Amino acid sequence: MNTLQQIRFIWKPFIFLLCLVPATMVVTDVFGLTGSLGANPVEAILDRFGNWGLRFIMITLAITPLRRMTGWNWLSRYRRMIGLFTFFYIAMHFTTWFVLDRDMLLSEVVEDLTKRPFILVGFTALLILTALAITSFTAIRRRMGRRWQILHNAVYIVGILGVWHYWWQVKKDITEPLIYAAVLATLLGARIIWRLARRRKQRRAALQAQVQS
Amino acid sequence: MLIRKTADIRPSEITSETNYLNRRDFIRAGAIAGGSLIAASAGAAVIPDTRQAKLSGISKSPFSTDEAPNSFEDISTYNNFYEFGTGKADPFRNAQDFKPRPWTIEVSGFAEKTGTFDFDDFMKPFDLEERIYRMRCVEAWSMVIPWVGISLAEVVKYFRPTSKAKYVAFETLNDKEQMPGIRRRSLDWPYREGLTIEEATNPLSILAVGIYGNSIPNQNGAPIRLVTPWKYGFKGIKSIVKINFTSSRPRTSWNMAAANEYGFYANVNPEVSHPRWSQARERRIGAGLFADKQETLMFNGYGEQVAHLYKGLDLRRNF
Repeated sequence: MNTLQQIRFIWKPFIFLLCLVPATMVVTDVFGLTGSLGANPVEAILDRFGNWGLRFIMITLAITPLRRMTGWNWLSRYRRMIGLFTFFYIAMHFTTWFVLDRDMLLSEVVEDLTKRPFILVGFTALLILTALAITSFTAIRRRMGRRWQILHNAVYIVGILGVWHYWWQVKKDITEPLIYAAVLATLLGARIIWRLARRRKQRRAALQAQVQS
Repeated sequence: MLIRKTADIRPSEITSETNYLNRRDFIRAGAIAGGSLIAASAGAAVIPDTRQAKLSGISKSPFSTDEAPNSFEDISTYNNFYEFGTGKADPFRNAQDFKPRPWTIEVSGFAEKTGTFDFDDFMKPFDLEERIYRMRCVEAWSMVIPWVGISLAEVVKYFRPTSKAKYVAFETLNDKEQMPGIRRRSLDWPYREGLTIEEATNPLSILAVGIYGNSIPNQNGAPIRLVTPWKYGFKGIKSIVKINFTSSRPRTSWNMAAANEYGFYANVNPEVSHPRWSQARERRIGAGLFADKQETLMFNGYGEQVAHLYKGLDLRRNF
């Protein structure tokens, strides 16, 4: 088997199953097989999916910086799959909220979206993620051309909205949102620094070309 | 000549090491058992100094609800007690080594009888009652808890507050050695709460010392905590060490942390939303994964007993 085949038939299925572990654990915990969801299972499921959604955003955003630092270009082959798992966990978080927490009452959903900004922030992030998930097919990507990259840069906004949504809903102890914010700042900060460095290099090259001519 | 010694002492006659080490508890328990035989009717609330000790001489109360109480497991593993951590499971995990005895309560302020009292002496003048109350958390969940407690009205009366006493202020123990959550500044310690004197002397208000007929678990506020069932749960200050009769409104912890979200009164009110969530409905813990939330009742359904306390008060502004 060559490297591409190894990725396709061994590593990708392996990572896929690994990404499913947190979701499987929620199901087995509901039945008390692997643990318990405690006295308030709805809240526990909501938190579980929300937290994993945030973690997956961070993992997705970590792929490019990691690839640049290590030169492991094969990492980019997992980027779409992990990005889609981010969408999956956030969608499950939303579904839990809509079905189990709001009891599918549209009036409550409308009230929450209009009166409670942190829910609107989270919902906006979900809408953006949905657009990214729909346009993730190769055929659509090809047809979109350069506009695809512009649209998919919105994943940075999703990261910011996600942490903001979490930060706004905790009652008092902001330790965990603060950790997510720090990770996100590092991941986005690295991109800004790289971009600035690249621009400087380009300018210097242009200047040199001018001097020589 | 062989003189046979009879076998020294049978093992069963020897006091075990644990019993030896706990001999004071043993003697005290005996004395208490004896004492309670004499004093049961005279109303001496005695709380044995052992974990989850069975309480005796508990009378029933007409204020109890007939709704089914939550399981002891739910009540004792899903708690908000930030002194032991901000997660719901943290208090159960981190309060196991907490020592609720020996314990003293300092009574101060505008009252004729003040001073520092040993917990056992503090309890003596009062009767134990079972009060099965609904408990509505400000986070929009609720439970039904079979408390054992003493009437706060009786306690207030006993210390004879003067006419200057308009409020009763409470404080929780502030001990970072025993309470790991205090090392973090999640709230401005010590935890503080307060009631108007009218609220404190309302027959619904109790100081709880037990749950399900046994002394109260550490994570629920051992050895003594406040319960005011028509208010959000955060008013129910735990592990009380100070009671102060004051003339002005005391500062209270959650109100200090976020005044726009948590008011001094904190009466359960389905019409006044928390800025970040609705208070119209609540999730009853233990109802199951697919159970719908239930409607929240004004004053948590205790309006008959307490609504008169707030006549003429704008509850939207004084939330």
